[in-house]
Amino acid sequence: MNELAEIISRNEDRIRAEWIRDMSKTVQRADLIGKAELDEQCRALLSAVVQGVKTSGPTDISAAGWSAARELLQDIAASRARQGFSSVEVATFVLSLKQPMFASIREELSANQDKLLDTIWAATEVLDRLALVTTEAFQATREELISRQQQELLELSTPVVKLWDGILALPIIGTLDSARTQVVMENLLQTVVATNSKYAIIDITGVPTVDTLVAQHLLKTITAARLMGAECIISGVRPQIAQTIVHLGINLEDVVTKANLSDAFALALTKSGRAVVRLASAKVSPISNFLSKREE
Amino acid sequence: MSVLKREVLPLKTSNDVVLARQKVRQWAVELRFSLVDQTKLVTAASELARNALDHGKGGSMTIELLSEKAKSGLRLIFEDQGPGIPDIELALKDGFTSGSGMGLGLGGSKRLVNEFSIESEVGKGTRITIARWK
Amino acid sequence: MERIPVLRMGTLLLISIQVDMHDKLAMQLQDDVTQRISEWGSTGVLIDISSLEIVDSFIGRMLANIAAMSRVLGAETVVVGMQPAVAITLVELGMSLPGVRTALSVEAGMELLFGATALNFGTGDERTEA
Repeated sequence: MNELAEIISRNEDRIRAEWIRDMSKTVQRADLIGKAELDEQCRALLSAVVQGVKTSGPTDISAAGWSAARELLQDIAASRARQGFSSVEVATFVLSLKQPMFASIREELSANQDKLLDTIWAATEVLDRLALVTTEAFQATREELISRQQQELLELSTPVVKLWDGILALPIIGTLDSARTQVVMENLLQTVVATNSKYAIIDITGVPTVDTLVAQHLLKTITAARLMGAECIISGVRPQIAQTIVHLGINLEDVVTKANLSDAFALALTKSGRAVVRLASAKVSPISNFLSKREE
Repeated sequence: MSVLKREVLPLKTSNDVVLARQKVRQWAVELRFSLVDQTKLVTAASELARNALDHGKGGSMTIELLSEKAKSGLRLIFEDQGPGIPDIELALKDGFTSGSGMGLGLGGSKRLVNEFSIESEVGKGTRITIARWK
Repeated sequence: MERIPVLRMGTLLLISIQVDMHDKLAMQLQDDVTQRISEWGSTGVLIDISSLEIVDSFIGRMLANIAAMSRVLGAETVVVGMQPAVAITLVELGMSLPGVRTALSVEAGMELLFGATALNFGTGDERTEA
């Protein structure tokens, strides 16, 4: 298909100028990318396309001759993703090359209908495939960005709180997947070491569902803490969760669980050899005996 | 995907296993892996290096620095010309918590890395490739 | 021949693993510990691994073995100072080291073994601080 390569080469400047002009009507985003940079990118892409068609033909763009074009597009897509372009804008960058290319092809091959159609088809194929490569790379970069932000969010949303000397609390709010478990575990264990805390209360009141996977994640955390010499108490087990755990046959035999954080705290205090006593001088209202449900 | 750096280390003595661990640690630090990820990779390397030595009668570890699109990673290839593993599936199933099982640490190592592949032929040898991406 | 030193403190054996051990060194340690327990009649073994950045299945088994063997010889073992990254990796590896008691620090380990820390000579009044 050297026909195509030659046509593009011969008309390179014109194609590029029309391409840039078309884009300025729709997707240029002058706010995000400067004219000179855009011009350079178009120039580079056009010559890479010529290279690709000449070396490896218009169909197999995974072939070696197309590697320059592919890499160029991947870089462009990645940088545009970071800059904030939309996927439509990025794909259109490639696809808007069709019009000027077809114009040149039609002009050069007007005499030969068959060749004209074949060449236009080849050009379409090439640009469609390149547009897909570009979109794929764009997606990949976006996903990487999102996952990085998720990571940061994760780290912010699992605070470890010191309840008392040697007693930590970790209130978990939201779903517990494996990525989050990693962060939670690392955070908790590092704090255990830093504060020399033997007891860590993991409160799951804010965890919507506990299935086998979540239970596994919790168990991993508990086992890791145990290996280090710390003990975990799970608190905030709601009635539904308790039922689910039993129904699923999850084995929490070695794990101490409490219905709420204060019970867990009381347990940790006892285990660490402490008691909370009411001071003799504290004023106790006569009604309190009727109102209070529990004596500490 | 391209290989930016490569080095081959022998695994002939138990000290070689230590050296292999240290080399992996060094490269992982250079790539700025998180401490936990470093530890996981180095531990997996230790398991597999030891296997190559103890079960594979000695071999080598190839360490490669990889780069693909936006990310970088480390790949380790453990090769030996030992007796090979007759039942790979069984070997991957670990009975490690009780200390039993073939002691190959394969199943466990698999969980420590992002990529894990194993080729083995009885009488010819074994080749295990693992990779961890940043 | 290099060895990991095994120190004696009364009825306690104190071992601090500071180096990246190769397998022979680990086996030697196992031997030395059991030897010493018999020799000195120790009832407690405290292994400090706070400097160990890697604990693979071999080292893990070594620790479990030392704990088991010591128990047979009448001594309790406590492993202290495991680093978080190491704990996380061991769990992922599938090793939970059942039968090995652990503690956060040497002090906590001694408390486990003897019910009182070596540094606290005790005032007899436990309720001074909450």
